[in-house]
Parts: sequence; structure tokens; C-alpha cells
Amino acid sequence: MEKRVVLRSPWLPYLLVAPQLAITVIFFFWPAGQALWFAFLRQDAFGLSAEFAGLDNFRDLFNDSAYLASFQVTAVFSLLVAVGGIVLALLLAVMADRVIRGALAYRTLLIWPYAVAPAVAGVLWGFLFAPSIGILSYLMKQMGIDWNWVLNSGQAMTLVVIASIWKQISYNFLFFLAGLQSIPRSLIEAAAIDGARPFRRFWTIVFPLLSPTTFFLLVVNIVYAFFDTFGVIDATTQGGPSGATQILVYKVYEDGVKSADLGGSSAQSAILMLIVITLTVVQFRFVERRVNY
Amino acid sequence: MKLKSIALAATASALWATLPAQAQTEIQWWHSMTGALGDRVNEFANGFNASQKDYKVVPVYKGAYPESMTAAIAAYRAGNAPHIVQVFEVGTATMMSAKGAIKPVYVLMKESGLKFDPKAYVSAVAGYYTDSKGNMLSMPFNSSTPVFYINKDAFKKAGLDPNVAPKTWKEFAAVAGKLKASGQDCVYTTGWPSWVHVENFSAWHNLPIGTLENGIGGVNTEFKINSPAHVAHIELLAGFAKNGWFTYAGRRNEAEAKFFSGECAMLTSSSAAQANIRKNAKFDFSVNFLPYNDSIKGAPQNSIIGGASLWVLGGKKPAEYKGVAQFFNYLSQPELQAKWHQETGYVPITNAAAELTKASGYYEKNPGTDVAVKQLNNKPPTANSKGLRFGNFVQGRTVIEEEIEAALAGKKSAQQAMDDATARGNDILRKFAAANKGG
Repeated sequence: MEKRVVLRSPWLPYLLVAPQLAITVIFFFWPAGQALWFAFLRQDAFGLSAEFAGLDNFRDLFNDSAYLASFQVTAVFSLLVAVGGIVLALLLAVMADRVIRGALAYRTLLIWPYAVAPAVAGVLWGFLFAPSIGILSYLMKQMGIDWNWVLNSGQAMTLVVIASIWKQISYNFLFFLAGLQSIPRSLIEAAAIDGARPFRRFWTIVFPLLSPTTFFLLVVNIVYAFFDTFGVIDATTQGGPSGATQILVYKVYEDGVKSADLGGSSAQSAILMLIVITLTVVQFRFVERRVNY
Repeated sequence: MKLKSIALAATASALWATLPAQAQTEIQWWHSMTGALGDRVNEFANGFNASQKDYKVVPVYKGAYPESMTAAIAAYRAGNAPHIVQVFEVGTATMMSAKGAIKPVYVLMKESGLKFDPKAYVSAVAGYYTDSKGNMLSMPFNSSTPVFYINKDAFKKAGLDPNVAPKTWKEFAAVAGKLKASGQDCVYTTGWPSWVHVENFSAWHNLPIGTLENGIGGVNTEFKINSPAHVAHIELLAGFAKNGWFTYAGRRNEAEAKFFSGECAMLTSSSAAQANIRKNAKFDFSVNFLPYNDSIKGAPQNSIIGGASLWVLGGKKPAEYKGVAQFFNYLSQPELQAKWHQETGYVPITNAAAELTKASGYYEKNPGTDVAVKQLNNKPPTANSKGLRFGNFVQGRTVIEEEIEAALAGKKSAQQAMDDATARGNDILRKFAAANKGG
């Protein structure tokens, strides 16, 4: 049975959504449209002259080895962040679910990092791992590891992945915990009576029942890694060394904002927009088919 | 209750205090000076504000050089640009091409009716900001050149003569080995890798950075930084990095803190690092000429400047421009300039300030402070060592630095890295030339 509210005036509904529409148009469609238009222009930094450049900006991009490398960096980075974040959060959630005494304190502590802004998370980890003054760098030096992420690309990637995962782990944890608590106890007890050991119970009952949550989190985490990690990267490696942590969205910023190459940067954001649209469509189709609500 | 009345009183007095300022014309000055240098900038503004009543210069720190330049461009596009913005030398070509968006300093000064003599400025500095017709487009402000700092205490500890700094890269290698053997963890580091090891390396060895007199001759310039000499130098650095003699610290001045904290024993960075080094170092140090490669004939030539100049943006009211002109006039006073040079390590930008400093006996009392000036004037500049002017060099320099990093990390050979830097840099130059045909 569906409930429907009938509005008498045909204009009232439009009036009611108008503020939301206005905000969307001004802050989303307008700038997005402008970016699309800029992608086809060749203009100087001050916007004093502009001419139509056709697909030149896009052609330049795909001839730029740094841009192609950025795709690879983004793929590796988002995979590490999404998978790492989900696995760790699941582990923590399963353990927190079993805690009986002081459960609230554990949960609060685990949820805490979510209140931290990505840039702050970046600064925090950046300090801990700073080549000269970081306390963790000092410990690693004692262990004989030559820690200098300013030059070593693997170390730089490790740093931004750790900071990004740490920042997102609370979010994942919350969803897993809620998912775990909605699994009927009777199912697990029945399995236990049948003699299934904890690991087997987890793998054959809990994990499959959590799969909608896991899939949802995979989507959210990939989007997070694509866009929201900008603050982490800007506060630590700034895309370096030699582009090793330059994910697509950071390159848009680097070329557009720092280097004032608006055409190239707009072309990049147009491509990024296309990627996001594709990802969303694929994911929604997939989610709709697999998950029963 | 009590809190409320205090708050009210505070608001009232704040309002009262701002009232007289309403009559003044405000001049926004965006800059990128931090620490001791930022304090000096505020002193300049306060001094000017106290010297007269009509104008009030408001200095605003807008982030590092690339950020403040970008912020000013964005503000111009949005129609609320500052009056004055400090732009680093790699942004010079971009600013020069922006006709209409900037108010050239020679026009500004002519309109103001104030006395202005471009010849009063040191030519090695002013030449950077002068167009092909000899008109000065921006106001020189802070100019420096890379110099070579050594920690004398570390030299002593390694059994080296602390009064002799290595002159060539060969001597440098011998010293580096001894320092490492003495237990010095970080032997050498550098600030501004592209500026020191590509741009100034070229000038210092009389090699072109690009065609058409390093771009000063026009926008159709091309990079020439993959010559055998350039590649050999990057290879040398990569070798040092592999030996543990060279610790890479980053693309800006991160290295300076590594030096004055005592972590690294040798440093190449801006002569303007002296202010901070003198303030923080708990050891004896000396300032020296950059090492050179003695197998290249004619080396050392002379080094080139870096730093920034003050650009005036277009579209402001005549009264405001008058204030800017008066402020520039105030800044050019020899006493002020001499003090700026002596306290910061930036080179003097007016001839009067240079002479004043010399006459005061400052250089004898403070050995090392004249190294930057001497190095800039080591030999009469050639087409390769006059300076550089590349379009969108903010991006170009990033590309060079990325490739240097790849070579130092061993991901690419020096040859490959410099070939890639040249090719990618030329792509940027072509794009700039296409977007700025008029310039």
C-alpha cells in the first residue's frame, strides 16, 4: 500500500523544491558546466583571451605520460585504501561485537577518528612519519630502515594509504557493527550446536549475511579514495615524489589551481566526471540485482 | 552580566578604533614571507603607515609563492584582486604576458608624478623584470641566489679544515666521504632542487637552460637541459644519493631546517636562508660559492637570481595607485633597502643600498654576507647567465623536479630523466605560446 499526498496546486511542488534546485544549479550544475566548457578552450591564466581549441586539451592529456601514470596511481591507491580499510574495520567490528564489558568505551574510541578532517589526519600522520622529526621515523631509523618518503615513492604511498585508511576506518566499523548486530543470534547458535567452530561460523554464516554491507562499503570507500583523500595528500606528499602519489583529483588541482592551466585541468575533470558516472551506473545496477532489501 | 558588558565595551572600542581608518585608502599587499622575513614585511607596512596618513598598507600572508600567485589570479578573475602581489621569479613570464591584468610599474610611477629612476636598481636584478623595450614592469623586492653553506663544527669533527669549503664537485666528493666516515648521518642536502641544480647549474657553467637566451628572447623557446653536462651533474647527484652522501629533503626550503638543526653538514640553498640559519644554528657555519664542475671550460660563470618581485594588478582606482606608488617610493629608500639586505641575506636591489652597506663596513664585520653579491657578479653575464623567462614555469619547474626525483630514487637513469624533463617541459612551453600569441 502506497501513501500519496495530493497537492492541489500544480505549482506548489515546484515551489517547495525550488530552494534545493537553486542550490544544486548554482553550486553544482553551473560550475560543472563551466568546467566542461573550459575543457574545450585554450586560454591564458588571467582569462584575458580564450579561443576554441576543440579536442586539443584531451589530445594533450593522453600524450602526457604523467597523466597516464596518474591513472595507475589512482587504481593502486583506491584499491589499497578500500580493501585495507574494509578488512581492518571488519576485524575490529567482529572483535568489538564480542566485547561485553566496556563495549561503549571501545566503540566510542573506534568511532573517534571519523570526526577528524582529512587534512588534519594528513598532518597528524605526516608529523608522525616526518623524515627528520617524526617519532615513528625515529623508531624506524633505530631499526635500520632508511625512511625518507620525500624521495622514496613506495614509502610515500604507504604513508598516504595509512592516513587515508585510518580516517575512514570508523565509518566502515560503524556499518559492520550494525550489520553484525542485525544477524539473528539463533542462526549462529544453531551452527554452534551443529559443531561449527568460530572461524567456520564466521565464514559460512556471518560473512555472507554481511555481503550487502561489504558491497555498499566497497562503493563508498572507492569514492572516498577517489575524492575525499585530497586533504590527506595535500597535507603530506602533495602528489610527490615524482608523481608517485598523484591521484587523478590531485592532478586536477595541481594543473588547474597551482599551474593555472585551466584547459588541461578542466579536460581532466571532465574525464573524472565520466569515470564517476560510469562507476555509479555499474554499481547501482550491480547492487540492485544482488541485494535483497 | 559582567561578561556581556565587557563584550559590549570591547565591541564599542573596536568600532571606535576602526573609525579613523575609514578615511584612509587601504592597499592590499599579498605576500609569501614567513618567519623572520614575515616580520620584516610587517615592519615595512607599519613604517609606511606611520609615515603618512592617507594610505594604509595591509600585508596579508597568502601561502607559499605558487599559492599566493594563484590566489591573486583567481581574485583578478573574480574582480577583487589585491593591489600588490608578490610573485616569484618563475611566474614572471606569466605575469608579463597578462597585459591589461597588470599595471606596469613604469606606468604607475609616471602617472604618480613621483621621482623614479630605473637606473637606481641593480641591473642584474632589474633586468629580470624589464621588457624588451627597457621598461620596468614590476618592482624588484626580494632577490637571492643559491649559495653553499657548511657546518664548520662538523668539518672539524671529521678532521677537515673548517676554513676551506670544497670549491669543485670533485673536492666536494672527497669531503663528503670523510664527513660520512666521521659518523655524520646526513652529509649534504639541498633546497629548491631545480633552481639550484638545473637553472643555476646552467648559468654557473655558462650553459643554456633554453634557446632564445633562456626564453628572454621570446615565447618560442625550448629547453636544453638534457645536454651531456646536465645529465652528468644529475648522475653525480644520484650517485651521491646512493652513497648516502645526499639526503633529498623536498622541493622547497625544507632542507634549510635540516641544516640549521645540525642534521646535515652541508647545504645549497637560497642566500636568504641566512636569516633563519643565523637565528637557529647552534654551531659555526660559513657561506661559500656554489661548487662547480672543473671539467667544464670557463666555469664558474655567474649565478642567477631567484626570489620575487611586486606586481601591481590592474583595474583599481587612481587614488589607490597613487598610494601604491608612494609605498614603492618608501620601499626604495637606501637605508631601508640596506637594512633588508643585511638582515635577510637577500641581495641589495638598489645601487645606493649596495654602496651604503659597503661603506658601513658591514661586510668586514659579517664575513659571508657578501658572497651572494660576489657570486652574482663573478663575471659579466652571458646570454646563458642573464636570467630566464619561461612561460608557465611554475608547471615547468614541477616537471623538472619530478624527473630529478625519479633519477635520485633510481627509478630512471639520469639521461632518461633529463630527456623526459626536456620533452615534457617543451610541451608546456608550446601550450603557453599557443595561449599567449599576443605576448
